[in-house]
Amino acid sequence: MNMFKDIEHLIRLAAVMMIALVVFVVLRAAVVPRSFGQYGHYRGAAISEIAARPPAFAGHAVCEGCHTDVVDQKKLGKHVVVPCEACHGALAKHADDPASVAPVKLATAVICARCHEANSAKPKDFPQVATAEHSGGLACDTCHQPHKPKIETEVKTATGGKK
Amino acid sequence: MDITRRRLLMLLPAAAVAWKYVQAGTPEASPNYKLTEHWWAMLIDIPKCIGCGSCVRACAEENDVPEGYYRTWIERYHVADWKNERPEVESPDGGKQGFPLNQDPSGKNFFVPKLCNHCADSPCTQVCPVGATFVTPDGVVLVDKTYCLGCRYCVQACPYGCRFINPKTNTAEKCTLCYHRITKGLTTACCEVCPTGARQLADLKNPKDPIHEFLRTHAVQVLKPHMATRAKVFYNGMDGSVR
Repeated sequence: MNMFKDIEHLIRLAAVMMIALVVFVVLRAAVVPRSFGQYGHYRGAAISEIAARPPAFAGHAVCEGCHTDVVDQKKLGKHVVVPCEACHGALAKHADDPASVAPVKLATAVICARCHEANSAKPKDFPQVATAEHSGGLACDTCHQPHKPKIETEVKTATGGKK
Repeated sequence: MDITRRRLLMLLPAAAVAWKYVQAGTPEASPNYKLTEHWWAMLIDIPKCIGCGSCVRACAEENDVPEGYYRTWIERYHVADWKNERPEVESPDGGKQGFPLNQDPSGKNFFVPKLCNHCADSPCTQVCPVGATFVTPDGVVLVDKTYCLGCRYCVQACPYGCRFINPKTNTAEKCTLCYHRITKGLTTACCEVCPTGARQLADLKNPKDPIHEFLRTHAVQVLKPHMATRAKVFYNGMDGSVR
């Protein structure tokens, strides 16, 4: 009695399964990115790809490297805490190539109002004005110097002390 | 070579110097960013927020956020004297243009900036069927847009509503905590432009970060602590009505 006498069909089945396994392993190796599973169940290379994006905002430390006069001026007023790009906008391109990319002059009537327009939800100690009454749409830098916004006494006398 | 007592004594100082170098590691040509040396978080000081919308505009510009979608946004809360349970919340255009219209000055009024909480146990990464979103070893929740199918599971899973499907790429998108900036030693775009310092990036693994003293000395909250997400955006001075 030979227990292996009708084994031929089993061998064929095993061969088919073996081929399927090899195909699966080869396909998997080809399809799954190499860095998948490097840190966890995701593509590890994605981290460095996301990190490679160039920044649009240079950061105030870069601005202060060149514009030391503005830094000195800001130190005299309350706007010392306001970073450059909060008003001037994203200027990494200017920082990379100061000659060809120049920042635009700001419309102070719009820019200043973003922070200083009166609103009951703003902190009570934050300086706020209703711009319509305060200046009637006049550009803020007519009277205020944005880097050092507090108005000196001489200027006030020149405008008749009018706000 | 026989190790005599004299030779051993001569070798010891040299070995000590060598060991110092081994411990210090190989000197690097450039200060490389190490994933394992950071654990990023953010601190939001609600009493300092003036609702100017600088963060929302900066985020959109820095990250090419499509019009009408927000990776960060500001909410204005109005809590009537007897309605602490049901505050009125509004966020016109995500607060991008500020909040020009004044509202009812009665009751409590304040701004709450919101963004991805970069949860350590984030529900959004757990539901992703393909491993397209994940928490990095430095604690930032990111989306691999080349892997994302756009199935929207994560958009539904986020308890804070911080995700959306980008209409151009049809993949999930969210705040990356300006990962391309913080890995270069910069702060996030929103923190960079915040004029009052209401938003501050924090590195919980850096013992010298001022966040540690702040957390020690202030009553700081996270959003929806009952969700057990281990959110890492800390809110100081948060009113009980904030959801």
